[in-house]
Amino acid sequence: MKLLLIKVFSILFFLAYSSAFACSISARVSIVGNEFPAIQTVGAGAKECKGAKVTANLTADHQKINVAGMSSKPAEYTSAIVANTSIVALLNNDLIRPLDDLVNKHGKGLKKNQLITIDGKIMAVAFMANAQHLVYRKDILKKLNIDVPKTYEEMLAAAKKIRASGLVKNPVGGAYKAGWNLAQEFNNMFIGYGGSHFKGNSAEPNVNSDAGVKALKMMKSLSEYMNPDFLTHDSNATNAEFRAGNVAIMNMWGSRAATLVDADGVSMEVKNGMDIAGPMTVGGGKTPASTLFWDGWTVAKKISDEEAEATFIAMTNAIRPSILDNEDIRKQAVWLIEGYKPTDAARGVFAAAKMNTTPYPMLPYAGLMHSAIGKEIADFMQGKETADKTLSDIEDAYRASAKEKGFL
Amino acid sequence: MKHRTFFWFILPTFLAMFFFITLPIISVVVQSFHTPHENILITVENCDPFGCKKVTSIDHEATKELKNEKPLGKFVGLDIYFDRGHLALEQVKQHWNNSENLLSFLSLISDLPFYKAIFFTLTFTFTVTPIMLFLGLLIALGVNAINRKLKGLIIFFSLLPMIVTPLIGSIILFWMIDSRGIVGNFLQITFEDPNLSLKASTSLTWVTLIVYGVWHAIPFSFIVFYAGLQTLPKDQIESAQIDGANTFQQTIHIIIPHIMPLITFVTLMQLMDNFRVFEPIIGFNAEAHATSLSWIIFNDLGGETRQLSAAATSSILTIIGIIILLLPVLIKTWREFDFKK
Repeated sequence: MKLLLIKVFSILFFLAYSSAFACSISARVSIVGNEFPAIQTVGAGAKECKGAKVTANLTADHQKINVAGMSSKPAEYTSAIVANTSIVALLNNDLIRPLDDLVNKHGKGLKKNQLITIDGKIMAVAFMANAQHLVYRKDILKKLNIDVPKTYEEMLAAAKKIRASGLVKNPVGGAYKAGWNLAQEFNNMFIGYGGSHFKGNSAEPNVNSDAGVKALKMMKSLSEYMNPDFLTHDSNATNAEFRAGNVAIMNMWGSRAATLVDADGVSMEVKNGMDIAGPMTVGGGKTPASTLFWDGWTVAKKISDEEAEATFIAMTNAIRPSILDNEDIRKQAVWLIEGYKPTDAARGVFAAAKMNTTPYPMLPYAGLMHSAIGKEIADFMQGKETADKTLSDIEDAYRASAKEKGFL
Repeated sequence: MKHRTFFWFILPTFLAMFFFITLPIISVVVQSFHTPHENILITVENCDPFGCKKVTSIDHEATKELKNEKPLGKFVGLDIYFDRGHLALEQVKQHWNNSENLLSFLSLISDLPFYKAIFFTLTFTFTVTPIMLFLGLLIALGVNAINRKLKGLIIFFSLLPMIVTPLIGSIILFWMIDSRGIVGNFLQITFEDPNLSLKASTSLTWVTLIVYGVWHAIPFSFIVFYAGLQTLPKDQIESAQIDGANTFQQTIHIIIPHIMPLITFVTLMQLMDNFRVFEPIIGFNAEAHATSLSWIIFNDLGGETRQLSAAATSSILTIIGIIILLLPVLIKTWREFDFKK
C-alpha cells in the first residue's frame, strides 16, 4: 500500500513537474518506432507537447512501415525512432534530413556524443545504448560452485554441470529464432572470433572463413543445452523461459534486463536469483562476442520545415534530462541523456562499452547480409548441412541480393 | 440477357478488376524486370556514441541524377528470375551434373530457397486439398442426417475453425503444441518420450502445418457441400432405395455425381488458397522448417532490406504456379461446358 502511494505521488509529482516546462509546437508530429519500455517513454514525452497533434505508432513491425511511411510527399511520419541497424534503410533511400540547423537552434541540452553524424552532417539524435550481455541465476551457480562465466567456453562448462545436477534440464537460453534473431547471435559470435563480414571497405562478403566455422560450431554446441524448440524462440520467448525458471544462463538484451523479472507470476526464487554481467568473449579473443547498439530519432526529409522544427522540439522534449528524475524511467535503459547515472540494470551494457565491444556496422549492405545469414543458418543448426556449406550458401544468398540492390 | 444489359451490369466489376487487379499486376511484372541502379559508394566518417569511424556510404548526389533519368531503375530482363533466390538456373545445372540420380538431385536443389519453398507448398497443397474435400463431405453428410433441432448448433461449431482468423488460430495452436502446452505434453506422455517436440523436427512441423491447414479449411468445403445436399433429387434416391442400394452405393452413384460441380469449385478455390499458404508459417514460427512462396515475398519486403524486385519476381512466379496448378481443372470445366445452352 505504502509503495503504491509512493508510486502515485511520484507520478503526480512527475506530471506537475513536466507540465510546468510544457513545450509548445505549431505543426503536426507523427512518430514511428519500435516498441519497448524506453521507446514508449519517448513517445509519451513527445505527446506532452501542446499546440498541434502528436501521434505515435510504436510497433515491433516498425521496420516494415517506416520506409514506405516516409517516402510519400509529404511523409506520413515526421520522425522515425531507429537503431544503428535500422537507420541504414532510411539513409539508403535518402529519407531523413540533416539536423545541424535545428540542433543549433533548439538542441542546447543535447550532449555531443548523442549526435550521430554521417559525413559531417548530424542525421540522428541518440538517446540510449544497448547491447547483449550475460543474464544468469546466481542462486543456481552458487549452489553448484560455478564462477560467473566470462567466456562462452565457461558458459558451456557451466551448462554441462547444471544439466548434470538435474536443477535445470535445458540451462542455456538464447534468442535463436530463425531469421533476424539467429543471425544476430551469429554476428556476435563471428565478431567474437575476430571475423569481419566484408572484405575491407567493399561490399564483398567475407563470412566463409575460419571464424565463421568456429562461430557456427560454438552456436551448435550451445544449442545442445537449449530447449529443443530453440529455433522458434525470439527474445520474448527466451525471457518467458527465464521467468519460468527453465533457463539458468543466457545472452540477452540490456534493454530487457531491467524489467525482465517484473512480470506477474514470477517466482521469488527467479526474482531474487537473477543477476547480470558483461558480455562474454569466445575462443580466447579480447573483443566480446556481442555488438553495441544505439537507439535514436530522426526527422523526415519530405516534410515542411515547420513540421521538421515541431518534430525536433517535441522529440527533444521527450528526451530532456528531467525525465530521469523518475526512477522507473531511469532504469528502463542505458540513457545517453545529460545527467544519467547508471542503475544496477545498466551494468551489463556499461561493461560491454568498457570492453570495447564492436558497434553494429552502419553499412548500406549490412541488412542484406543479416537477412542472408538469418535465412541460411537454420539448416546448419538442424544438422542438415556442414558449416562450410552453410557459409558458402550465406555468401551466395547475399551476393544474389546485393547484386539486385546494386551493391555488387 | 441482352448484350447491352450485360455490359452495364458487368461494367462496375470490370472497372474495379481493371484498376485493382490488372494494373497492379502489370506494375509488378514491370518491377520484376528492373532492379535499382548501381549505388555509387563513397567512404565517409561517421560518428556515434561509441566513437568515429570511416565507413562506406551511398553517394546520394551522384546516384540522384541516374534515378531522375530512369526512375524505374536498371532494366535487367529475366536476370532476377534466374538468380539464386528464384529459379537459380546456374545452381540447378551444376547440381544436375553433380548428382547421380533424381533423388540426390532433388535433395540438392531443395537447399535453394525457391525450390525449398515449392516442395513444401506442393506437399501442403496436395495433402490438404484431398483430405479436406473428403472430411468436408463426410461432415456434410453427417450433419445432413442428424435431427433438425441439433443442426443449427452443430453447423455453428463446425464453422468455428473458419471464423477464427488464420494467424490467431495458428498462434493459439502453436502454444498448445509447445512441449509444455496441453497437446505437446499429452503427446509426450502418450509416446513416453519426454524429448518429443513437434517444433524441433522438420517432418513433424510439416505434419502440424498440414493438420492445421485441414482443420482451418474443412468448414469451407463442409458448408458448400451441405448447401449442395439440400438440392438432392429425392425421387432418384427413393428409387435407388427401392432397388436395394445401401447408403454407400447411394452416396457414390447419386450424391457425388450430383454435387460434382461443387466439388470442382471447392477444389479450385482450395488449390489456390493452399498454394498461397502463409499465415500458419508465421503463426507456428516455422520458418526454419517450412517456407512458401508467399513467405519469401513477405520476407523480402520486410525488415531492413526491402528487395522489391525479388518480391515482384516471386509474386509473378506464384501467379504462374497457380495457373499451372489450375490448368487441368480449368480445361476440364471448359470441355464440359455446354455452349449450346
